[in-house]
Amino acid sequence: MSQDTLFDKVWVLHKVSSLPGGSDQIFIGLHLIHEVTSPQAFGALRDKNLKVKFPERTVATVDHIVPTDNQSRPFKDNLAEQMIETLEKNCLENKIRFFNIGSGNQGIVHVVAPELGLTQPGMTIACGDSHTSTHGAFGSIAFGIGTSQVRDVLASQTIAINKLKVRQIWCDKKLSKGVFAKDLILHIINELGVKAGVGFAYEFAGPAIDELSMEERMTICNMSIEGGARCGYINPDEKTFSYIKNKLCAPKSKHWDKAITWWKSLKSDENSIYDDVIKLDASKVEPTVTWGITPGQSISINQQIPLLDDLSPNDKLVAKEAYEYMSFKPGQYIKDTPVDVCFIGSCTNGRISDLRIAAKVLKDKKVSKNVKAFVVPGSEKVATQAKQEGLDQIFKDSGFQWREPGCSMCLAMNSDKLIGNQVSASSSNRNFKGRQGSPSGRTLLMSPAMVAAAAINGKVSDVREFIN
Amino acid sequence: MKSEFTQPIGKISNINGQCIPLIGNDIDTDRIIPARFLKCVNFDSLGESVFEDDRKTLKGRHPFDLEKNKNASILIVNSNFGCGSSREHAPQALMRWGIKAIIGESFADIFYSNCIAIGIPCFTLPKKSIEEMQNYCDNQFLFLEIDLKKSLAKSNDLNFNLEIRESSRKMFLSGEWDATSTLLENENLIENKFNQLPYIKFNSQLSKSK
Repeated sequence: MSQDTLFDKVWVLHKVSSLPGGSDQIFIGLHLIHEVTSPQAFGALRDKNLKVKFPERTVATVDHIVPTDNQSRPFKDNLAEQMIETLEKNCLENKIRFFNIGSGNQGIVHVVAPELGLTQPGMTIACGDSHTSTHGAFGSIAFGIGTSQVRDVLASQTIAINKLKVRQIWCDKKLSKGVFAKDLILHIINELGVKAGVGFAYEFAGPAIDELSMEERMTICNMSIEGGARCGYINPDEKTFSYIKNKLCAPKSKHWDKAITWWKSLKSDENSIYDDVIKLDASKVEPTVTWGITPGQSISINQQIPLLDDLSPNDKLVAKEAYEYMSFKPGQYIKDTPVDVCFIGSCTNGRISDLRIAAKVLKDKKVSKNVKAFVVPGSEKVATQAKQEGLDQIFKDSGFQWREPGCSMCLAMNSDKLIGNQVSASSSNRNFKGRQGSPSGRTLLMSPAMVAAAAINGKVSDVREFIN
Repeated sequence: MKSEFTQPIGKISNINGQCIPLIGNDIDTDRIIPARFLKCVNFDSLGESVFEDDRKTLKGRHPFDLEKNKNASILIVNSNFGCGSSREHAPQALMRWGIKAIIGESFADIFYSNCIAIGIPCFTLPKKSIEEMQNYCDNQFLFLEIDLKKSLAKSNDLNFNLEIRESSRKMFLSGEWDATSTLLENENLIENKFNQLPYIKFNSQLSKSK
């Protein structure tokens, strides 16, 4: 059993009681909600005649269903309009702070909370969304919950949960030029498998992780869940503190110094004990692309799609399904695979640094005429910043459509969808069957820089050929 | 869709029913209920849309469309079932279709907690036993009697020792699997915790004193 890791320290601090069955009652320091997984929870509260216990510990925004072309109200989609109205009403009635469209702070919940300084080290953070693991980048213990647990947090600010084991993933050396956090996390998931993290929290550590910016760390923790780990985190350091400093909800004046002292005490001790440790060499990671229907089915840009015989017995079943669904032949190279749609955005890679690197690749270049390309900033703040830097113009000049913030085609709950069996090069997090809105649509996950390169060439390309 | 849906409530100690096998590893929640069906403010109509895209692709040959399975209630799955999104809509859709328990090689964490939270016990068995069950269902009906007290599943000619997380098993047997009231029993402890946490004071925008 793990001891003296950040996970252990934060867990103990938030433990309210041991429940009769053997799980723990854990206090949730920050609860984030959005329009998709909260309405039924508020409904359940009303049915049980319960109130929101600490409304000031819950913060809301709207992201999944928002259109990215025209956001004027009412939305064209009646169901989407009904969902945003329900959230507005629930927040108003329960005195919950809501960052609505046009507030300047709306966006994907996992982009918004860090940029507002809501996400801080040592907190427990829950949200009805599996990518809540993103917030672990700040040294918080953050995980996705279902709607019944959203109800529990609203009613009691606590949930019943079994303690997770802790696996340290030690990333040695540094990422090479043209290789990004997205490539590293895809590589890790490929190495460990999509279910290795079940029952674990992942602690990402080592020189390669220290080297990453806060936004890159968020990309890593964001996809912990794709490796099966409900929660992923990184020990806080000076980069963490300076990212938070002066943000809207960051500790101010005398609280700031106290906060820093406390935050520094949280990181895993030198001699802490882990349930498992995995080491890998980050300098060997190359630009990585998925070829299949799970985020674990990925290869380096210059590799061939694996042969069935090269795979472990457990991976064969899904590989067969993937060849058929993706219409790929075993042994085929992924490079030069034609793409129809290029999407830059999502809680994985929709932040300002993602837009900057994509714009750098796209500058003075044109999107291939066979490709539909669009960029969806992760939040209103990201969009504003990008405009100030002139990035929107670079995207537009290249042939990318510049859209309004939201989750968009990561999960295609709005009108941004693949059509038929189109192939998308996507900076998002899931390549599941049908994920991007068409039951036969095909998704290739990659870094935003790689999406930009694919957009220019109209086919999967090695971004290192663009940024030398 | 079966007859009138009723939400499980109270103690759950025995589940008897026909098994429905669904073969495949890493079956994610987008497949169980595609995102377009999440545009709703209640779960009521999800049952008929469960596995919508997979069912359309298989044109009537999907296990959830086979006439022989229409009364089945125990789902038999393989490894990492329910991976991906945290959407509770996935187990809600299965439950509304008629699923009352799931037996599998392994489950994704969030899916598992969602099932437990709404009253669907999830059991694990080794790969070999799961395949034995799934093969059995190929040409005959498999009716199982699941006994949560003994963690046992038996049919006329098969017996299985089921694995289930002890905390979940106890909750179902005591009827306390609907967590809200259990959690609220510790109201004083919750208040104490709130007052003790260092960062509650740090945060000017979120603290009670705002």
